[in-house]
Amino acid sequence: MKGRTLRRHFRESFRSLGRNGWMTFASISAVTVTLILVGAFALLMANLDKVADDIENDVEIKVLIDELADSQAEDDLQKKIKDLPDVDEVVYSSKEEELKKLIKDLGKDFELWEQQNPLRNVLYVKASNPQQTVEVAKKIDKMEYTAEVNYGKGKIEKLFSVLNSGRNIGLVLIIGLLFTAIFLISNTIRITILARRDEIEIMKLVGATNAFVRIPLLLEGAWLGILGSIIPIAAVSSFYPYFYKQVSPRLQGELFQLVDTMPLIYQVDLLVLAIGVIIGMLGSFMSVRKFLKI
Amino acid sequence: MIQMKNVTKKYSNGVVAVNGISITIRRGEFVYVVGPSGAGKSTFIKLMYREEKATAGDVLIDGENVGQLKNRQVPQLRRSLGVVFQDFKLLPRLTAYENVAFALEVTEHTPAEIRKRVMEVLDLVGLSHKARMLPHELSGGEQQRIAIARSIVNNPKLVIADEPTGNLDPDTSWEIMSIFEKINAQGTTVVMATHNKEIVNTARRRVIAIEGGIIVRDEDGGEYGYER
Repeated sequence: MKGRTLRRHFRESFRSLGRNGWMTFASISAVTVTLILVGAFALLMANLDKVADDIENDVEIKVLIDELADSQAEDDLQKKIKDLPDVDEVVYSSKEEELKKLIKDLGKDFELWEQQNPLRNVLYVKASNPQQTVEVAKKIDKMEYTAEVNYGKGKIEKLFSVLNSGRNIGLVLIIGLLFTAIFLISNTIRITILARRDEIEIMKLVGATNAFVRIPLLLEGAWLGILGSIIPIAAVSSFYPYFYKQVSPRLQGELFQLVDTMPLIYQVDLLVLAIGVIIGMLGSFMSVRKFLKI
Repeated sequence: MIQMKNVTKKYSNGVVAVNGISITIRRGEFVYVVGPSGAGKSTFIKLMYREEKATAGDVLIDGENVGQLKNRQVPQLRRSLGVVFQDFKLLPRLTAYENVAFALEVTEHTPAEIRKRVMEVLDLVGLSHKARMLPHELSGGEQQRIAIARSIVNNPKLVIADEPTGNLDPDTSWEIMSIFEKINAQGTTVVMATHNKEIVNTARRRVIAIEGGIIVRDEDGGEYGYER
């Protein structure tokens, strides 16, 4: 293709945006609405994922050390656990520290126990992948000098299965949303192209190649996508920082936090723009195909 | 120029529009294709520029078997011939000039070539003074002249016209006819499907009559031969 022809295709794509005024507006609106949904969903999913991660990362194994273990045995145990595959870190906490924590959490009534501390020395173990927690806990349970291995048996399995199905549902919803978007947009674009089927027929009859007909329409689809993503991008970029400002102070000290604004809104903006362009072009491509068979 | 050998066209709905036609049209001929409505004239013509593909038999244009062209080779065929329709088929949003230039833009000519060639053909059809007008600002006859200009702007060896005067009054039809004669006089083969009895009977040429998908008559200087 010659450069002149390419310039013609660009010029033509812009001109037909203007010529098809109302249909252009309709297509852009369809893209806008869909992309706002996509953007909102992406933000929601990013945060749900973050929450799930935070909760998962908070999962740890509490190993109560048998009272019979001397400090040498405790060191050995700690080392043995540390050497297990899938173990990220092992933190030792003496029974005195444990009691202080208990008093801090539950109140001064428990200071009585400082006379005779009923608690045990503890190892806190974190698996490198939270999903491995159960496996690791089972291995630790078999070791010597472990009085009790606590990892929220039953609860943790349930938690992980809930988080996993939550992620899967989110993924399915996003894919469903994208398909809806493509369908919606290609339908709107199909109407604009339908109005021009005579034009396409004439182009084909004077000997235009399929590419010659298609390229301006693909470009037009891309412009529709770009124009349609302006409002969603603006919405994402202004809404999320506001939401973050309002909500994140209230989550201070909680188990989970919101995703930081900064890389996230760029990523979502980019996603929205890319999806806009892709579905715009895909919509054009699918709609024009039928009319090229002349 | 055009050779058909036992060409049959059966549409997917079962209608056999053309049923075993064989014919030869030589270079530089002027041929009328006549016959009642639904006789297969349009299909006969569409087979030539491959809007329709024959279900059996061969259609050769300038030695090339049109039926065997791949889809991506069809544009090349269309550029080597001009087609004129009853309903003009002009692009409504483009000016007369742009409509004609369009056929050359498609073939990636330079702007200078396009300008020169478009003005030539607009001169030929006598409409260079209306180059800037939009189709709806022109009369039917003028629109058809623009369409003819577009069909010949690529210097085709063959111009195919499907009832080019079907929507026009008698005087205007004669104007259109005289343009086709001018084009034919320059050596271009013209195939024209028509219902215009007066033209066929006055400007005597070879007449091919099609009825029920077969050729019932083929004579030089023939008559229209139907009451309407």
